[in-house]
Parts: sequence; C-alpha cells; structure tokens
Amino acid sequence: MSLTTTRAGAEAPATGATARRSRGSAARRPFTGLLFVTPTAVIVAGLFLVPLAILVSMSFMDWPLLGTPQFDGLDNYRHLAHDNQFIGAITFTLLYTAITTVVLFAVAFVLVAVSNSPRRGARFYRTAFFLPYVVGTAAASTMWWVDSSDRLGIFNQALQAVHLTDKPVGFLDTPGKALFSVITLVTWKFVGFQMVVLLVGVQSIPGELYEAARVDGASTMQRLRYITLPGIKPTLALLTVLSVTGSLLAFDQFYVLTHGGPDNSTMTVVLALYNKAFQSYRLGDAAAEAVVLLVALILLNFVQLRLLRTKED
Amino acid sequence: MTTEAARRLTRSTLFHLVSMALAIAFLFPLLWALLNSFKSKSEANQQPPTWFPHSLSIANYRSLAGFDQGIGTYLTNSVLLAVLTVIGSVVVCVLGGYGFARFAFRGRTLLFAATLGILMVPYATILLPLYIVLGHLGLQNSLIGLALVLVMFQLPFGIYLMRNSFESVPRELEEAALVDGASSFGAMRHVSLRIVLPGVVTVALFSFLTSWNEYLAPLIFLNDGSKYTLPVMLVNIRYASYNIIDFGALQAGVVVAMMPCLLVYLLLQRFYVSGLVTGALRG
Repeated sequence: MSLTTTRAGAEAPATGATARRSRGSAARRPFTGLLFVTPTAVIVAGLFLVPLAILVSMSFMDWPLLGTPQFDGLDNYRHLAHDNQFIGAITFTLLYTAITTVVLFAVAFVLVAVSNSPRRGARFYRTAFFLPYVVGTAAASTMWWVDSSDRLGIFNQALQAVHLTDKPVGFLDTPGKALFSVITLVTWKFVGFQMVVLLVGVQSIPGELYEAARVDGASTMQRLRYITLPGIKPTLALLTVLSVTGSLLAFDQFYVLTHGGPDNSTMTVVLALYNKAFQSYRLGDAAAEAVVLLVALILLNFVQLRLLRTKED
Repeated sequence: MTTEAARRLTRSTLFHLVSMALAIAFLFPLLWALLNSFKSKSEANQQPPTWFPHSLSIANYRSLAGFDQGIGTYLTNSVLLAVLTVIGSVVVCVLGGYGFARFAFRGRTLLFAATLGILMVPYATILLPLYIVLGHLGLQNSLIGLALVLVMFQLPFGIYLMRNSFESVPRELEEAALVDGASSFGAMRHVSLRIVLPGVVTVALFSFLTSWNEYLAPLIFLNDGSKYTLPVMLVNIRYASYNIIDFGALQAGVVVAMMPCLLVYLLLQRFYVSGLVTGALRG
C-alpha cells in the first residue's frame, strides 16, 4: 500500500518491454507464445466477441423464443423510443446514480479520516468498515430486507427503542423510502471499497510535502486543499468512473430489496432489461435495449478516461 | 503541560467514540444476522424482535436442510462453481499472462486489447447473447458453462495482473533452466511461478469471491432447481410466497452465504489490498 510498491509495479512493464527488444530469444519462438495465449484467445473470442456480435445482430431482428428470427430493421429501437417503462427506468437509474455517487464519496471521506489516523485501533476500524464489501450483494440485500421489515426488522425496533418513531416506518412502502433504503444498503456495502482505494491514494502522497507545508506554516485546511486533493485527483476520477458505472448497472439490490416497486418506481435499466428478456421473452427488444446501454456506457467511459488523463497531467 | 495532556486525552476519547460508533454501525447488521440465525424458531419469527437470543438453537439451519432441494445441494453447487471458476481463472490467466509477458507473436496487441475490452462492455448486456451461445455449446443450465462465463469476466483483471507480475521477473532467472534443456513451460513452472505466487493468490481470491457471490448469471443460466447456487436459494426463500416467510431460516441462509467470504478475506487481506492497488492502477 506504500508509494514504493505502487511505483515499482507501474514501471515494471517498461523494463519488460526493453528486455524483449534487446533479447531476441522469445521472438524466435512465436509459436510457443501462441500456445500460452490460446485459452485466453478461445474464451475471448467465443464468450465475448461472438456474443457481442450476436447481441448487435439480435437488436435488428424479431427474435421469438421459438421459431426463426427475422430481420426487422430498426423496429426494436423504435419500440424503445415509445417504451415508457424503459424511459422511466433511465430517469430513475440516473437519479439513483447521482445520489449514490455523492453519498458514497461523502461517507468515504469520513471513513478515510478515521482509518488513516496514526492512533491505535485505526486498523480495526478500517477492517470493520471494509467487511460488508466482501459479502455478496444478494446476501446483503436479503439481510437488509429482513432488517427493514415492519414486523420483525431490527431497524424499526432500534428507532422505536430510542423513541425516534412510535410506529413502524415502512421502509419499502413509498418510492422515496424504498430508494432511501437501497441507498443506505449500497452505502453500507460499498463504501469500504471507496475508502480503501482512497487510502491507497492518500498514502501515496510523499510525507515530505506535508512537512514542508507545515514548516511554511500552512493550516490543516490549506494542506488538504493544496496537497491532499491534487494528490488524489486520479484516484477520485477512477472512483467516479467505477461508482457511476456500477450504479448505472445496478441489479441485485433492486431485484431483491424492492423488486422494482412500489409500482415500478425503483425499476432500473438492467432490471427492466432482465424483465424484458427473461420474463416477457421479447429478446429482440431486450437486445436493442442492451445495445443502447452498451453504447452509452462506452461513450461515458471514454469521456471519463479522458478526464482521468487530463487530471493526471 | 497538564492542560496539554488533558486536551490530548479528550481528543483521543472523542476520536474513539466516533470511530467505535461507526464501526458498530458497520458490523451490527452482520452480527445481528448471526445472532438471529441461532434463535429458536419461535423467537426468530417473534414480533417485536428480541435483541439477544434467549436460548441457542440450530433449528433455523435444520429448516434450511429441508428447503426445496436442501441446503446441502446448493452448498455443493456453490463450492463446485467456485472450484471450477478459481481453477479456470488461475490456469488461463497464468498461461496467458506469461504468453503476453514473454513472447512476441502476431496479433499480440490486438488480443490484449480485446481482453481488456471486456471491461468496457457492461456485464449485464452480454448475458443475453451468452445464454444463446451456451445453448449452442450444450452448456446451458450447467455449472461448467456458468464457470466459463465467470472466468471470462475475470480475464481483464487477471491477465493484466499476471502479465505485469511475470514481466517483473528477470528473464535471466529462466535462462539457466532453458539452457539446461527445460521447455518454456517448464521454465515458467519451476522458476517464475514461485516468484509470482502472490499474484496467483490474488487472482484466485478475486475469482472465488466473484463466483461465490454472483447472482444474476446463475439466475439466468441455471433453470433447474438442483443446479442452483446459494445466492439463488436465498432469494428464492425470500420470495417463497406460497407460505409464510421463515425469517430465521433466511438469516441462517445469509450466514452460510457470507461466512466463507468473511473468513477468506480476513485470512488473505494482504493479497486483497495488493489486488485493489493493481486494479486502481489500471486507470
């Protein structure tokens, strides 16, 4: 987790490349090299490139569950434009993504402040914050669903014990409360990951910078503003990419906790996609939806990677 | 001097109060599921819930044994899937990583780019055509097919990590073995593999956690109850609408599903963090 290991890892590919050019032994055995990467090539071709091509062609076809698929041009895409559930799902997913990204960062900064402390116990706190991350989303969502129950849930019990409410809250009863419940779950489960990655970023800033600033009489706020923040900019950009992509593709937590309800108010894009493909078996329409999602995410990734690069300069 | 010491004590106390409150908030749901799973049937389904079990019982775990095919089946499937995925990921990533690190061959850059390209494509969008491809291969509704798909999703991270690990091993170390007549594979296996072992553990750890926790892919690819994995079973108990949901059994199921992950993480933390650093460097 220190600066040295990070930098050494980053430079390794460069030295490897020089060694390869200066020494020709490997280049003389191209066939052996191919043998080593054959499993990779087979899997990438068969389970990634071919399905990708099928997906695109499916999106231009009427693809019934039984019977022969037929080319239907842009029909599937036209259906999408008039599909209110799909449009509603996009709006909701964007809202969810925006809130989740902000909340995750806000909480993660607090946790970094705690777990980056030189005090005794910081290591224990760090582990405690990270543990929920290794629990599977389906298991965590199931747990949250039990805890949110009006009848038997501990959340209501705890709120009533401290007299914050005198009757059950109904955590999943209204669209607003259901969204709130999913966001608390997601924060609890994923914020530990944000914290660890941010810690790596913070700890890779050379300590001399802080010492020099202290000698020059910079305040804590100034050190934060002029040393820490610029130092972790690439990390922040990377976490934004991961958090935005992850939230746009949210499925498990909604499928288990709210099932898209109440009244389809928490229907995410991937949940709508799943329903279309595997509940209503409209495979062509689902493929078109997937292609739209795919193109949107690739564009988004490009834009964000661009930002990441300029921030590194 | 004493005021300075007092101030330091106050600060430290305040720090630990806040941190401890946060730590409890994060650990509490995990602990509560554990406590609940050992309550008696009636206590686990009692309204309002009790904070601590009045008596300890394994009745909830027993009823898991009677749910549909029985938890034994689901546990076996989960273990089988994890073993297949971990072995598959490690073998493919070690071989591929070594190939990319040590050899020049036609299409090398292209294949590497295509492998990393898996990251660019949202996981959920490609499951639909994968369902069709697996059908053609006769691997639909099979744990082997599912494991292959999960291995594919591990490739970008695993290949990248193993390639970098092998590249940081000096060639000279292998040269001696090659001169002695070892094959490339032999040199890799006997010389470099030992050095890159931490990377191998990281790949294994990540693919274990992925396969153990994955929900959407098994939900789509497995349509036979006897093939279901633990996460699928859990959600099925939650949606077992034909009878009243057994909260105790549900909590016990959550415990069975999460314990291996928590233990593996606590044992192999070191490899997990180094993996995250590599992942973070990817950007």
